[in-house]
Parts: sequence; C-alpha cells; structure tokens
Amino acid sequence: MVEGLNLALDQAMAADDRVLVMGEDVARTGGVFRVTAGLLDKYGDDRVIDTPLAEAGIVGTAIGMAVYGLLPVIEIQFDTFVYPGFEQIVVHAARYAWRTRGEVPASIVVRIPFGGGVRAPELHSDSPEALFAHVPGLKVVCPSTPEDARDMLLAAIEHPDPVIFMEPKRIYRAGRQDFPEEPPFDISSADGVTTDYLSKARIARSGHDLALISYGATVPACMEAAERLSSERGVDARVVDLRSLYPLDVDTLVDAATACGRAVVVHEAPRTAGLGAEVSSLIHERAMLDLEAPVGRVTGFDVPFPQFINEDDYIPSVDRILAGCNKVLDW
Amino acid sequence: MTDSLRIIGRDDLPDNKLPEELGEKDLLEIFRSMVVLRVFDERAVALQRQGRLGTYALYWGEEATQAGPLYACSERDWIFPSYRQNAIGILRAVPASTIFAWWRGYGGREGFYNVREHRVGPICVPIATHLPHAVGVSWASKLRGERDASLVWFGDGATSEGDFHEAMNFAGVFKTPTIFFCVNNQWAISTPVHKQTALKVLADKAAAYGMPGIRVDGFDPIACWKATHDALERARAGGGPSFIEAYCYRLGAHGTADDPRLYRNEAEAANWKRLEPLARTSAYLKRIAVLDDDLESELFVDAKKSIASAVAEMEALEHPSLETLFDQVYASRTPWTFEESLRELQSVERPPEVKPLGAQPGPPSTGDADAPVGPS
Repeated sequence: MVEGLNLALDQAMAADDRVLVMGEDVARTGGVFRVTAGLLDKYGDDRVIDTPLAEAGIVGTAIGMAVYGLLPVIEIQFDTFVYPGFEQIVVHAARYAWRTRGEVPASIVVRIPFGGGVRAPELHSDSPEALFAHVPGLKVVCPSTPEDARDMLLAAIEHPDPVIFMEPKRIYRAGRQDFPEEPPFDISSADGVTTDYLSKARIARSGHDLALISYGATVPACMEAAERLSSERGVDARVVDLRSLYPLDVDTLVDAATACGRAVVVHEAPRTAGLGAEVSSLIHERAMLDLEAPVGRVTGFDVPFPQFINEDDYIPSVDRILAGCNKVLDW
Repeated sequence: MTDSLRIIGRDDLPDNKLPEELGEKDLLEIFRSMVVLRVFDERAVALQRQGRLGTYALYWGEEATQAGPLYACSERDWIFPSYRQNAIGILRAVPASTIFAWWRGYGGREGFYNVREHRVGPICVPIATHLPHAVGVSWASKLRGERDASLVWFGDGATSEGDFHEAMNFAGVFKTPTIFFCVNNQWAISTPVHKQTALKVLADKAAAYGMPGIRVDGFDPIACWKATHDALERARAGGGPSFIEAYCYRLGAHGTADDPRLYRNEAEAANWKRLEPLARTSAYLKRIAVLDDDLESELFVDAKKSIASAVAEMEALEHPSLETLFDQVYASRTPWTFEESLRELQSVERPPEVKPLGAQPGPPSTGDADAPVGPS
C-alpha cells in the first residue's frame, strides 16, 4: 500500500504542478512510513516541504495555499497528532466552500496513518475517523488495498473538496497487488470523475448468506473470517469494503443487507457513535423487513487504545469477527 | 505611546514629517475610506438596535488601523479580516449589502463573497485561526514566483492563541511575505491586555519569530500606512514577514450585546476618545490644507448615500429557500443524504421567517451610535 500511495503522489505531482506535499519529516526522510520517499529528489524542496512540528500550522497554511490555487497534500504523522489541527479542519477546511458561495473550496488532502497493530507507544494507534465523518463539508475515505490506495489518493488530490484520507497503517506493507500502473483517469481533466472514486463501496467478496461490512485494516480480517465461515459452516459471506466513510454508499449497503438478510459491521474504532452505528441504522431503516436478524457489530471498545502489550485484545480479531457473525447467524 | 511610530500630532506632541510617498490624493483616499467605514459601522449599530441586524461586532475608533494598512496594499495583495474588520471588503468591491446581509443572518450568495475574486478572506469569527491562512496564501505566492503579499488583522487577545504562534513561526521559518497587523485595542471583551501577556509591548513578540516588530499609533492612519508600506516593501524584496502592533483603545463595546460598564472604567475610555481617528485625521488634513469643511461634508454625504442604498438592497432580499441550507456545502456533487433531508423539510410546514432578535438591554455600544460624528 505504501508503494501505491507513493505512486499516486508521484503521478499527481508529475501531471499537475499545483500539487505539493508537506508535513513533518516528509521530505528528507520520506515520512516515518516512507510514503513520500523519493519525492524530494524528484520535485525539489518547493514542492516537498518539511514543516515545523505544528499541526494547526500545517493544516492552516495548507488551507491558505489551497485558497491561492495550489493543491496541498499534507501528512499527519500519526493519527492522534491530528488533534491539534482539528480546529483548522472543522472550522475552516470543512467550511470554506460553504463560506465562499461554493467557489473557493479548501482543496486539501489530509493523509492520516491510523489504527493500531504496529506496537507503538501511547497515542500512535487511534482510529478517529468517525470524528471527521460527523463534520459537514468533509469527504472521509479509507482504502484497504494497494490499488485503491493509489486510485483513491489520486482522486482525492484532484477532488475540489477537502478529503480526510485515512491510511490503515497496520496493512501498509501487508501484501503486494499487481495493478496497471497507468492512472485510472486523465489527471489533467479529472473534474467530475473524482467523486466516483470517493463515494463507492467495493464488493471484496461475493456471497449471499451474510454481509460483512468493514473498511481499512479490518477488511483483510473479514476476508479471512469469510473463508472460515465458508469452510466451517458452509456460510457464504459477502464482504463489503466501505472505502468511503462519508458519504456512505447506501445502495451497496442496502443491496448487501437485502440479498443476505444478515449483516455484521466491523471496525477497530470504539463502538459508541462509530461508523458501525450509522451503517447499522441505515440498514435497519431501509431493509428491516429483509433482515433475518438485527445487524451485529464487532468493534474496538469504548476505552483508550491500550498500551501495545494489550493491543491484540482490543483490535477485532478473526475469532471475534467469527463470534460476532455466529451470533447473528444463530439469532 | 511616545515610543510608537506616529505622524499626526496629538496633545502637546507636534505633527511629524509626512511620508514623501503620500500626496494629497492619497491622503484624501485614506480619509474617504475611513469615512465609509465609519458610516457603515454606525449604520450597522443603528440597524441592530432597530432589530434589523443580528448581534454586531463594531469597530468604532479603529478605522485608522483598517484604512491605513489597506491603502498600503496593492490590489493583488490578499487581506484577511477578523470580525472586527468585517466591512473591509467594501473597500475591495465587495458590496456593502453583502456584509449587511451576513450580519442579517444570510449565507449563500447573499451573505458570502468569493474570496478569490476580491482577495479578501472570509470574515473570520474564531480568534487567530485565519493567521495561518494568510501565511499559506503568501507562501503559495512565493513558491509560485509571484509577488503577492498578504496582510492579516487580529486583536491583542489573538496573540494568546496557539494559531498565532504557529502562523508567526511558519512565516518566520519560510520567510513568507506576510504582514501581521495586530490591533491592540487593549480589551478582549472584558479581559485587559495585561492579562493576555506579561510583555509590556506586543511588538516585542516578533523577535521570538525572527521578524521585525514595530508599534504604531493605532489612531493615526498615516502611521498605520507607513508601517505597512515599509513592511510590504521589505516582504516583496524577499525579507519575509513583519509584525505591526497598532496601539489604540477599544472605544466601543466588544459587540452590541456587550456592556463595558460591567468591567471597565468608562472615564478611561472617554479619555482615549480624544484621540479617535476621524476627528483627529480631519483636523490634521485641515491643518495641512488638504481637506476643508465642504469636502468633508461631501465625503460623508456620499458615504451615507451609498450605505443607505446598500441597506435598501439588503432589506429587499427575499427569505432564503430551503435549498439554501444544502447549497455550496460541497463544491463537488452533493452527497445523497442532502436530497433526503430536503425532502423531509419539504414534507412539513415551514416555520415562520426568522427575524433578528432586535434591541437588547444595555447602553449604546458607543457614545456615538445614534449621533454620528462628522457633518450630517
């Protein structure tokens, strides 16, 4: 996935000279996860910028650059580091289009490596995506495959509205995927196309008995759970990768719930007021008569993300996902 | 205040030498801008009292800190107002009716303007959060090899915010052509400036960011112009940002809902009022034979006429449609949830039209809200 993201940045910067990358340690080091590696040498320090250690300053100056007409892609080094920049995102990035008759949106991408599983110290493992999905004016997306990472980041950069780009750091280097290197759309005339890449869920596995709905780093776990459901219970699960957290792809969700009659939502973020609550609610509102059981949830807990000695207890495991599925199947 | 840059004399201090760059036409244009701003402000306070605008943040007495710096800017320079400079856009071709409409509670095309077209940032309500935007704009200009600078206004209270520090720091590190224009009116609602900082002179903060800082007389538009002019020349020559502290006093209330009698001695305010910039600038311009009573009257009459027609335009606006709620939240395709929400609204009877709350108890927000200064 890291290579997919790097490829997207490279292709966007090559095709569109308004694009620049900024953040803490993104230039010389190439980012702590190396997502921006090699860009400094290729595009120079006017377009790949190491900033002071100040997230409100990073988001705020990026907004100003976007108002001027550039397309900044900023890296928040770790999930919780976005909190000092939260005000700039909520009160300004999200509202600039609304505040300027729709004519001057804050066209920035805020890349946020998020989630646990990398044995990191306190405050390097949060999943704050629901905070952003709740803010009008933002698009919030999260890829779970290298190809989607490339395509969606490219779309996010050329998209007029501000995009919160959640990167599941646990699967940054989880596996390789071959995909055509050519950009999926013409970068120089991307208008109107980008929304398609930032609003649609993906059917990661087809099936008709149970819908497993997730995003980010828990998608691979859902795939594994689906295989085990198939071999252990003969249950054919459909896995839906949300990709877009705001707006949600309601049609794909309702189709899956209607076709399967049972659904389980899985995410690593805390349960209360998480994305799972919204997904569950949408399905109940629109497909209740097609359901054989209430929608289930397998999520993180309403506690601080634990110190890493306990993190595997917190992150939804395949076994926990299976248990959640069995509960819905046996209801 | 004797250590401040000052051109126009006051009390027993004589006039200082007028900057060579300023001719008669320039001085009159700065004064005309101050008159327009003053007339707008007084009209807005009166409209609020009559229940025709919502709560309004007045700037009575701060016209010098707005008209002076603005006149130093070129049309290509970007300016970023806080709510205290809410009407500055009208000096950059934003219709005054749009600003009135904003205070009347309108959004959309009625209450907002295109910031890129006018190079005037949106009226910033939260404190100090627009400072990084001003840095970003001028930084982008520099990265693109352009010469556009930016100027951002904020108050003394804003210097306590984290965004002030981060913006100043970025500007210093990247040497962006940014002018930080701090209007030190000594009050943040009820909090005096000595409770914002242990520093005696806010301009001294600039040193921490590796940029020059200067204090000017904030009731003197020519001093405000001069400091901004010099800072812009320096910025355009690649010298980076500057910090200007315009030392003055908040002669009015924080806003129309505020009553300063609760927290400060109004005798002190009255003492400062001797220096209020319109009367002082008028007297100066007459002293150097640039202005006379007739011309001054004409400027006020013209300003009142144009502001009156802006008020009429604002009052002729129709009640916004339900669709307005959902317009322009996104520049791209509207999310599906909006259609559903609009249908929900359309399915029930619409609530009665919302009106501003109208006059609130308390004293006039300035002693002059209902009795404008200058010839009528």
